[in-house]
Amino acid sequence: MIERNVDVAIIGGGPSGLAAAIAAKRSGSQNVLILERNNFLGGILIQCIHPGFGMHLYQEELTGPEFAARLIADAAKEGVEYLLKAMVVDLNDQKELIVDSPQGLIKIKAKAVILAMGCRERTRGMIGIPGFRPAGVFSAGTAQNYINMQNLQIGREAIILGSGDIGLIMARHLTLEGIHVIGVHEVLPYCSGSIRNRVQCLEDFGIPLHLSSTVTDIHGKHRLEAVTVAKVDGKLQPIAGTEQKIACDTLLLSVGLIPENELARKAGVKLSVQSKGAEVDDHLETSVPGIFSCGNVLHIHDMADYASNEGLTAGQKASEYASHKTQKVQNFSVHSGEGIATVIPQFVRQDTREVEIKFRIRKPMYDVQLQITNRGQPIHTRRFQTLLHSEMQLVKLKSTEPLDDLKIEIVPISQPNAR
Amino acid sequence: MFQCQERYDVIVIGAGVVGCAIARELSRFQLDILVIEKEDDVASGTSKANSGVLHAGFNVPTASLKAKTNVDGRACFEQLHQELHFPMRIDGKLVIAKNDEELPYLEKLLAQGLKNGVKGLAIIDHNQIKHLEPNVEGKYALFSALTGVISPYQFTIALAENAAQNGTHFLFDEGVTECRPAAGKEESNFTIVTSEGNHFKSRWVINAAGLAADKICQLIGEDRYTVCPCKGEYFITDKVPPSVLGRPIYPVPPKHGAGLGVHLTVSIDRNVLIGPSAEYCDSTDDIQNTQATMQVLKNEAYELMPVLRDVPFIRSYVGIRPKLIQTKSRENFADFVIQPNQKFNHFIELVGIESPGLTASPAIAKMIVDMIGAQEKLKNRERWNPERKTTPSFHTLPVEEQVKLADQDPLYREIICRCELVTKREVVDAINNTLGVTTLDAIKRRSRSMMGRCQGGFCSTKIVDIMIREFGIKPEAIRVNNKQSNLFVGKIK
Repeated sequence: MIERNVDVAIIGGGPSGLAAAIAAKRSGSQNVLILERNNFLGGILIQCIHPGFGMHLYQEELTGPEFAARLIADAAKEGVEYLLKAMVVDLNDQKELIVDSPQGLIKIKAKAVILAMGCRERTRGMIGIPGFRPAGVFSAGTAQNYINMQNLQIGREAIILGSGDIGLIMARHLTLEGIHVIGVHEVLPYCSGSIRNRVQCLEDFGIPLHLSSTVTDIHGKHRLEAVTVAKVDGKLQPIAGTEQKIACDTLLLSVGLIPENELARKAGVKLSVQSKGAEVDDHLETSVPGIFSCGNVLHIHDMADYASNEGLTAGQKASEYASHKTQKVQNFSVHSGEGIATVIPQFVRQDTREVEIKFRIRKPMYDVQLQITNRGQPIHTRRFQTLLHSEMQLVKLKSTEPLDDLKIEIVPISQPNAR
Repeated sequence: MFQCQERYDVIVIGAGVVGCAIARELSRFQLDILVIEKEDDVASGTSKANSGVLHAGFNVPTASLKAKTNVDGRACFEQLHQELHFPMRIDGKLVIAKNDEELPYLEKLLAQGLKNGVKGLAIIDHNQIKHLEPNVEGKYALFSALTGVISPYQFTIALAENAAQNGTHFLFDEGVTECRPAAGKEESNFTIVTSEGNHFKSRWVINAAGLAADKICQLIGEDRYTVCPCKGEYFITDKVPPSVLGRPIYPVPPKHGAGLGVHLTVSIDRNVLIGPSAEYCDSTDDIQNTQATMQVLKNEAYELMPVLRDVPFIRSYVGIRPKLIQTKSRENFADFVIQPNQKFNHFIELVGIESPGLTASPAIAKMIVDMIGAQEKLKNRERWNPERKTTPSFHTLPVEEQVKLADQDPLYREIICRCELVTKREVVDAINNTLGVTTLDAIKRRSRSMMGRCQGGFCSTKIVDIMIREFGIKPEAIRVNNKQSNLFVGKIK
């Protein structure tokens, strides 16, 4: 088996992995290697041929492949090395990787490792839709690959379940490619994607959005023939008598994303029950010293730009770790209170005085106040008329004292001091 | 793939595990054999959708054909495993009694097992249960050491491929619509007509049609049988390590049920199968999961093993038992029917082959050989090869062997399926399989690609790409399983 040593090994060459590699190089690491399981860099960006990328990182609106091309060019400029068709099959807490690659099996010993494997889509099997299991039921990203990467037409009449951004973008895209979208159904009483996508992808194309509605049955033994949709009650349970059978040959599922942390588990990285990603400190370092995490494998982002930004942080910090400029230190929990679904980072290092907190709420909220306290003292408050669960929020905090007792919560404005 | 001929010595109807076991056993002899299957692949009905458990033989009434073929069949598997290289694991199983009231059932099972000649049985207590399975709740259990787990479809595929290597022909996507015994004295000559209008003549017909066995019997005027479809729904969870669950866990079955009760089976690939339910249904096609049953399965599984709540599901499926009786009482027992037809003794009926049919299949196959051998002298085929060649499953090998394989073969240097860690070699060999079946389900069952937690979300796109670009298969010809299951309507532009 080939063996080699690197300063920083980055698992995944998507928007966060590429950015991490660029930052690691810029921070002085010599030997930075991206391990990418596909035969191209860029990750999921390559099949996202719609615009909406790059606004934060490059201050202009780009398509997914354009955004990827910028990142790839930057990585090339920095001299980042990468391996394609290289699948990391094993990782341990000593930062040793086994990679199956076109060169054969390679054993890599890294001074620091960055997890940037991204996420996968929730499937029909996971959410347990009853009925037959015919051809014609696709997860939205899989359909996007067939259409955009392989020029394959997946059907003629489609229903989309789930109003997340991928579902909305695919509703528009199917329409543009000549596949009739009958409607988008969302089990929650509100749209899960961004307002922009709701307007630009559904309303502009006259595609109906059915809220509090879900697919309860799948018909057709071999190819999809119809689905049954039904209204749901407050507990998201289908309401008897509201069922409607709709003929279609295609069902797209956009029902959530899951960070792909199988390798993290192998390495013994502690995972968060809420985000399904690693628990990290503000250096994005996981519970295993020298293993960092960024992008959608850490937590689900709604913007690729944010995933890349996170990659920049992880790359810099991993590089500093690899060159012994920093090391793992004691850290303090970030407590999340009422209304908070996920928060990154979960820990703040004892030497940290400035930190960027990213959080997501459980459901849309109106007329609320974000309240962040340290040692019981408010250090940040912000009012929101509307706070959406579909948008990740970022808050920069600065303090002269250790951030050893941070708490983040959302409170109604009518009782600003309520706890 | 197979150049079918006009005449055969034996036609087997149905390429489930029983049909394939019979074909493989008959391929030892100088016989021209054709297996006709209405679906696109072997193991496309009951044989693919069950728990994959090798039963030891204590669940079936003493002196029944079920008991005899179960115990005899189980005894064949060590050798079959050596010859055919399908995955198998013998770690035993537990039947759990939750309380003292359920203990007599275990004692009854133990006594029945001993009468059936089953070895390796013992009743164990709470502490011994916890020692074997720390996450399982129960007061007593019957432990059966010889119970094992296989992949039911990979076993069936292995039998079929070995039969094919020894000269057996397979015809897929064609159902049998007519079976005409020759007029007059030549009762042993049958004309078989398929749904595609193909005609074949055969001296012997073996009806191994499973759920359609009664319909096939009716083609020769035999209308004594009614197969009652009885549905079993399952969930599959993501993989669990052996420390979470190591072996199949069965409850004491409900008093008025048609099955063994909802049990937990650690599959050969270490996923947990939850199920099956048992409900009679109207159609042999009714492979739909239902909301109500899915909820029941979850509840019962969580009762047996609370930690399962934290393990995500990856899929659900339905298998249908071909039962000979339709009754709510377990007292009414219907045995396997394995015999020559009363009127046409070259037409062999296999009816009601439900559980433990998978375990019993090798013994059933030997019975069929004996039935034919009783009426004609069977000559051994020269150079019959019991060994099936198969592509090693890369990720299950020790690293040194992986290195060796990857050094020799570039196709081992690319992982196509990230969840199950399946290499391009395994995928390409699955597309190039011995039986010539190129549906996605066929590739899935042979390589385990598309079977993991993403359910093919990523790798199916890569596999489709390989099929189109490297095998020249047209997009509109790519299907998931049978002829109506096309994945694409064509190209976009």
